[in-house]
Amino acid sequence: MFLSLNANAALEVTIAQGKVEPTPIAITQIFGADSDTARYGNTLRQIISNNLTNSGLFYTVNEDLYIQSDNLVEKVPRFEDWKLIKAQFLLSADVSKTDKGIRLRMRLYDVFNAKEIEKLQLTIPDENLIRRVGHTVSDIVYERITGETGYFDTRIVYVSEIGPLDQRVKRLAIMDQDGHIDSHQFLTDGKNMVLTPRFAPNKQLITYMEYKNNLPRVYIYNLKTGEREIVGDFPGMTFAPRFSPDSQSVVMSFSDPNNAANSEIYLMDLNTRSRSRLTNDSGIDTSPSFSPDGEKIVFNSDRGGSPQLFIMDKNGDNIKRISKGRGVYGNPVWSPRGDLIAFTKLTQGNFHIGVMDVNGNNERVIVRDFALESPAWSPNGRYLIFHRQKRSNLDGTGGEVTIHFIDITGYNERIIPTPRDGSDPAWSPLL
Amino acid sequence: MLKNLFMLIVAGFFLASCAATKTEQGGDTDAASASASSSSGGEITAGTQEDLIVNVGDRVFFEFDSSELTVDAQATLDAQAAWLMQYPDTNITVEGHADERGTREYNLALGDKRAFSVYSYLAQAGIDTNRMEYVSWGKERPEVIGSDETAYSQNRRGVTLVSN
Repeated sequence: MFLSLNANAALEVTIAQGKVEPTPIAITQIFGADSDTARYGNTLRQIISNNLTNSGLFYTVNEDLYIQSDNLVEKVPRFEDWKLIKAQFLLSADVSKTDKGIRLRMRLYDVFNAKEIEKLQLTIPDENLIRRVGHTVSDIVYERITGETGYFDTRIVYVSEIGPLDQRVKRLAIMDQDGHIDSHQFLTDGKNMVLTPRFAPNKQLITYMEYKNNLPRVYIYNLKTGEREIVGDFPGMTFAPRFSPDSQSVVMSFSDPNNAANSEIYLMDLNTRSRSRLTNDSGIDTSPSFSPDGEKIVFNSDRGGSPQLFIMDKNGDNIKRISKGRGVYGNPVWSPRGDLIAFTKLTQGNFHIGVMDVNGNNERVIVRDFALESPAWSPNGRYLIFHRQKRSNLDGTGGEVTIHFIDITGYNERIIPTPRDGSDPAWSPLL
Repeated sequence: MLKNLFMLIVAGFFLASCAATKTEQGGDTDAASASASSSSGGEITAGTQEDLIVNVGDRVFFEFDSSELTVDAQATLDAQAAWLMQYPDTNITVEGHADERGTREYNLALGDKRAFSVYSYLAQAGIDTNRMEYVSWGKERPEVIGSDETAYSQNRRGVTLVSN
């Protein structure tokens, strides 16, 4: 439904009720002349194959069926052999060592039209970047064939959880979008509870909430330096932070003791440290999220009696309710394409994650369960990640919480693996 | 993207070199778990948390999605105020909590309103605000684990903790 057709790529997409039939692609062995480069090749092939398959738009034709086993980087494929096994596209690559580092060469072929449609050569200084090379090649293939922007060379920041549900230890953690264990890192030590991390569009900062000395405040984590800096350093709780599209400001909730601890939305300029109040109402105002052009903010408010979704101008003017359905709404997040708002809704005992147009029309539910929360967009606006929590029991069992990925058509849901429980996922922009 | 990749070749991969901690988990030192510790028997020392729990009541409960103090809650807080008058050297932190049936952020806001309801009631009852702090834990620190109304009704609470 969101696939645009790229004429050059000769993509044939079958859409039945929003479901996309995956396109078959063959990926040859990624050749390496010595044991190191052969190992890099195996890793790369696995990353690329997993990425493309997990997107739901491709599947990798089983290697055992391949008739031609040559390196097809410098040699024209026998397209008939690949047609026979119904591969629509064919990827071949090799890895070698050069005096500048590790070099990858890649060719992408359109099998049915018997022609090369993409070629690439790139060199990295050392093997620490191998995973990123795999993601980058995946993005190129995805973009070339679907005509959409890729999303593989990205990271997910989330909250890692462990321990009893009433004394949960929560740490910031970060990983590649595929959740691969080799990419996983903890960013905080678990001494203080952390919640709701979000990436800056500039890719270098994460804003989140931390209970340092039992004071819940908004912080910024610098991925380059590892430094943590408080943003909302004044009496009263600050929470629910998100960056503005230019990464120069953070919009967040502030619960002012001089305002009966009622949460209002504030904008904090990170350069001048000046804050401006955007909402003024006796209800709770929280979970603000900027439109990608920076002109509007969607947020959650119970000003009408129950929590609903509202949109306002960036200066707080022209507040309009957009949620129209029954139920309790929350967690609105503006799509990076600008056209949709993802949200959670609690109704009839279940949480729902859905999307609606920015005027609140065409609401549709993508996934429903007992406890779902924290939708976050892929940078290309085609997928959502969120967390799903199981019911808990009086004896302390249950309550497991996991991070999930889903196409906004509602198809292709899968778990993103994390070493412990995971919640509050947020996606980086394309790196 | 290719341009991006070229730039990263030059600049190196900042995420890979970030100063992330790789240590195993530390203990969670959050004080919240200290709430509602039960009596271990024997004499109860006057003016302590245990005294507050056993002889006054350390908590009030809220209706769903509400931060208004019920009649029962007000009675409990009247007793807490009297107790705090009796022990003028005692300082407290009021914690506001929510059940799990709301978003994390909304429940943080709700928990803060609940904590503030308790805090301001005690202030109006004559307790010096210099003796009191308040904090929201949203739905992060349930008293009772469980996904049913029995647990939820115990978790929608304001808890008064002796902090010194």
